[in-house]
Amino acid sequence: MNRSILKILKYEFQDIIRSKWLIFYTLFFFLLTEGLFRLGGGTTKTTMSMMNVVIIVVPLFCIILGTMYLYNSREFIQLLLTQPIKRKNLFWGIYLGLSIPLVISFVVGMGIPYVLHGLNSADSMSSFWTLLASGVLLTLIFVALSYLIAIIFDDRIRGLATVIGIWLFFGVIYDGIVLFIIYMFGDYPLERVILGLTVFNPIDLARILLLLKFDISALMGYTGAVFEKFFGSGLGIIMSLSALVFWIVIPLLLALRKFDRKDF
Amino acid sequence: MIRLHQLTKTYGTLKVLKAIDLKIDSGKVTAIVGPNGAGKTTIIKSILGLIKPNDGEIYIQDKKINGDCEYRRNIGYMAQIARFPENLTVKNVINMIKDLRTDGHVVLDEELIDLFNLQKEYPKQIKNLSGGNRQKVNATIAFLFDPDILILDEPTASLDPVASSILKDKIRDEKESGKTIILTSHIMAEVEELADDIVFLLEGDIYYEGSILGMITGTGEQKLERAMARMMEGAEV
Repeated sequence: MNRSILKILKYEFQDIIRSKWLIFYTLFFFLLTEGLFRLGGGTTKTTMSMMNVVIIVVPLFCIILGTMYLYNSREFIQLLLTQPIKRKNLFWGIYLGLSIPLVISFVVGMGIPYVLHGLNSADSMSSFWTLLASGVLLTLIFVALSYLIAIIFDDRIRGLATVIGIWLFFGVIYDGIVLFIIYMFGDYPLERVILGLTVFNPIDLARILLLLKFDISALMGYTGAVFEKFFGSGLGIIMSLSALVFWIVIPLLLALRKFDRKDF
Repeated sequence: MIRLHQLTKTYGTLKVLKAIDLKIDSGKVTAIVGPNGAGKTTIIKSILGLIKPNDGEIYIQDKKINGDCEYRRNIGYMAQIARFPENLTVKNVINMIKDLRTDGHVVLDEELIDLFNLQKEYPKQIKNLSGGNRQKVNATIAFLFDPDILILDEPTASLDPVASSILKDKIRDEKESGKTIILTSHIMAEVEELADDIVFLLEGDIYYEGSILGMITGTGEQKLERAMARMMEGAEV
């Protein structure tokens, strides 16, 4: 990696790691996971509960924190841009400088209780890894989306409203639309349409990834069932994983392009 | 030396800079003045590469700026408002900029650190620092790398009288050693005190470019502030 990216990353890391929000985030995952284990749920039940928490909380927290962080750093980013640093390097530095602490915070917060209580079988190991991976992917995706929005909108109220809208859309409204389509056009073969729609929602993709891994068809819902039927578990997991990676890359490249051309 | 050629910037239909030609000499302090929204900050930010002009060229020491970031190694910039990462200490911030800007073997000008007595602020986190002390950190960073060009945007705005005089003395010293210094300020007394040349901007156009004395006598006034007011009312020089 480029040296100036590493330098920016290093100092941003030092800043973020001392932020009370990050400590709060780590504690939240730690206490919740620990609590679920202590209530006697066992690994499977805890993982099922954490799955629902991860796909809702990680996107919400990351997209809001990312937007706020970028707005609060605006003057500092300006100062860095007046130094002999390439804009592209600065962008990667500030993206990784926030994403890496968030990933560590999530992995540590949720990971410790699992290591202490839960990883006693090959099965629980593999579902834990899947849960961890989807949380990490969602972090990278939603920080990328938050940076894209904060770079597009100079006005922070509009930026924040937009990111909350994005989260609501992917987390809540999207499923409603899919259900509505199924209800309205139930007489037609909808499988391919639904499959196509799922790819456009990172939260749905993460949910399907988890459900395919846990192999619980009862909880899989319509899209999950279609996914499994279409691809089978193995291919389905690969498909949803690669779609999630696209969801990191595309917003990031758009944000980088905007950042490179922006007037500060 | 800095030269702007036909520099143009528009936001939508709003013309912020209207094909400006300007030459800023070295060994002098050049003040850019004008009412709010005249385009002062836009000029400064264009030179720094923060804003991408729609048209025109910028030459620094006769080399055209063309998207490469290396020319900024010769520029020290003091922004109007200084904000640094809240949870870093003063020492962290200064080290960070040193680290980003040098590879460890450049002569540093740490005079302002001593004069401002910043060492005693070193362990404090930025969020616990007063506005004036943040501005001292900001000034220190601008002068730290002994750059050929200094761009100071309202440098004394939030400094106390002591710090303000320290900074002004420093600006004079740097001028004597042949640097190119650009200054913006709304305090005309300060401009008269520090600047040799003045550039008067109004609605994205240069209305006057030359010595301060020329501008005052040209409008038939005694003081720069009055002269500026006259020019805003449309007086020709």
